[in-house]
Amino acid sequence: MARYDRAITVFSPDGHLFQVEYALEAVRKGNAAVGVRGTDTVVLAVEKKSTPKLQDTRSARKIVSLDNHVALACAGLKADARVLINKARIECQSHRLTLEDPVTVEYITRYIAGLQQKYTQSGGVRPFGLSTLIVGFDPYTRMPSLYQTDPSGTFSAWKANATGRNSNSIREFLEKNYKETSGQETVKLAIRALLEVVESGGKNIEVALMTREEGTLRQLEEAEIDAIVAEIEAEKAAAEAAKKGPSKET
Amino acid sequence: MGVVGKGFAIVAADTSAVHSIMLHKNNEDKIMLLDSHKLVAASGEPGDRYFEFGGLIRVEYVQKNVSLYKFRNGIPLTTAAAANFTRGELATALRKLSFASVRPSVKTPMAFSVDFLVSVMFMIFSTLIIDQNPYSVNILMAGYDNESGASLYYIDYIATLHKVDKGAFGYGSYFSLSTMDTHYRSDMSVGEAIELVDKCILEIRSRLVVAPPNFVIKIVDKDGARDYAWRQSVQDVTTAAV
Repeated sequence: MARYDRAITVFSPDGHLFQVEYALEAVRKGNAAVGVRGTDTVVLAVEKKSTPKLQDTRSARKIVSLDNHVALACAGLKADARVLINKARIECQSHRLTLEDPVTVEYITRYIAGLQQKYTQSGGVRPFGLSTLIVGFDPYTRMPSLYQTDPSGTFSAWKANATGRNSNSIREFLEKNYKETSGQETVKLAIRALLEVVESGGKNIEVALMTREEGTLRQLEEAEIDAIVAEIEAEKAAAEAAKKGPSKET
Repeated sequence: MGVVGKGFAIVAADTSAVHSIMLHKNNEDKIMLLDSHKLVAASGEPGDRYFEFGGLIRVEYVQKNVSLYKFRNGIPLTTAAAANFTRGELATALRKLSFASVRPSVKTPMAFSVDFLVSVMFMIFSTLIIDQNPYSVNILMAGYDNESGASLYYIDYIATLHKVDKGAFGYGSYFSLSTMDTHYRSDMSVGEAIELVDKCILEIRSRLVVAPPNFVIKIVDKDGARDYAWRQSVQDVTTAAV
């Protein structure tokens, strides 16, 4: 098909962009990532697939800061992520320099989505194989936000969302169990959602949160995560016991 | 002017914004926070301190690139690295054309497109117009690093870089450097260093014919960079005196 190899992403006869769909497949194979927006807290939790014993975990951080008040987690091709994150960080600083203002979460999401879209319409390039979850607080209104972008370049705001492996089951869980939360409750909700598909344990999950007062990203230590997981397990056990209790007394 | 003491560095600058014979304002803060533990005092053409037509981005550009480094690498730049980066920028611009040039990491916003056209016109008539210096800004960069303590760097407009214990720029430097030579000792306390700076300010006020009325003093130590004091002999008058 000599005529079709100038642009790699061309339409199929039934209107699909196959490269983009294949990129979405790559995302579906990536680590599970969950984002939850609370009233004063935003949380990102990412699955950490079994880390090799000799690897320095600090160099393989999956949740990164784009600016003081914006953070990103992604699922998919990690190498593509590095490139996208670098461009986004430059854009955050460039915006600060030329407009004397920090970016809003929506602006940087639109920028990243725009970048992803550009690579679906250019010659000789393939789309980025990743979906991102972007959280942050608006610099002036201080409202929390959660956005998701995908390889096709679309983006939208969410109250809670998941991407990557088994994201459908996580999203179902979130739809059933989402309610407006704040502070530690938001963290618990995010971790509970992730635990649906991930083995429980501090070393399998990476969690980071941003609160309105602190304003910057804080990564949770393994010990802290273990403590919250233990709480969740205890709550689950108590709920199970409560269910079994009354039904025994028939 | 700047001075390094025991675990801290102090930078002081005058606060007059001057345009030929007129004083625009006398509370112009010329000492910028580069990041939490770095201060940059910049003196020279206003167009070179912040983004303006004709001037290239200077200190603000350095500020944003220092932030970018911190996000990319997880740790902030050392004072020495930031000083060398700044010097490198000055050195590059020294032998470039003095028209506004676009850098890969910063975009020229639409609002400046008119000025860009004017730049283009300048290029056409360049033989008839005297070129401006690409950078006529002199910089004193003070910072605190946990490993190496407080440091002060002297960067002048032709990209000279020195790590110093005390330094000064401007006409006032003729007086303040001599004062510092007499009274400076290494490892001074904050109080002693402020006394020295005050002595210099006194010298400038009494001997410089166009002495600036007000000064701002800032300090950087392990707790970060912050304002220390203002030395004002003339308050800004907001309404015309009747």
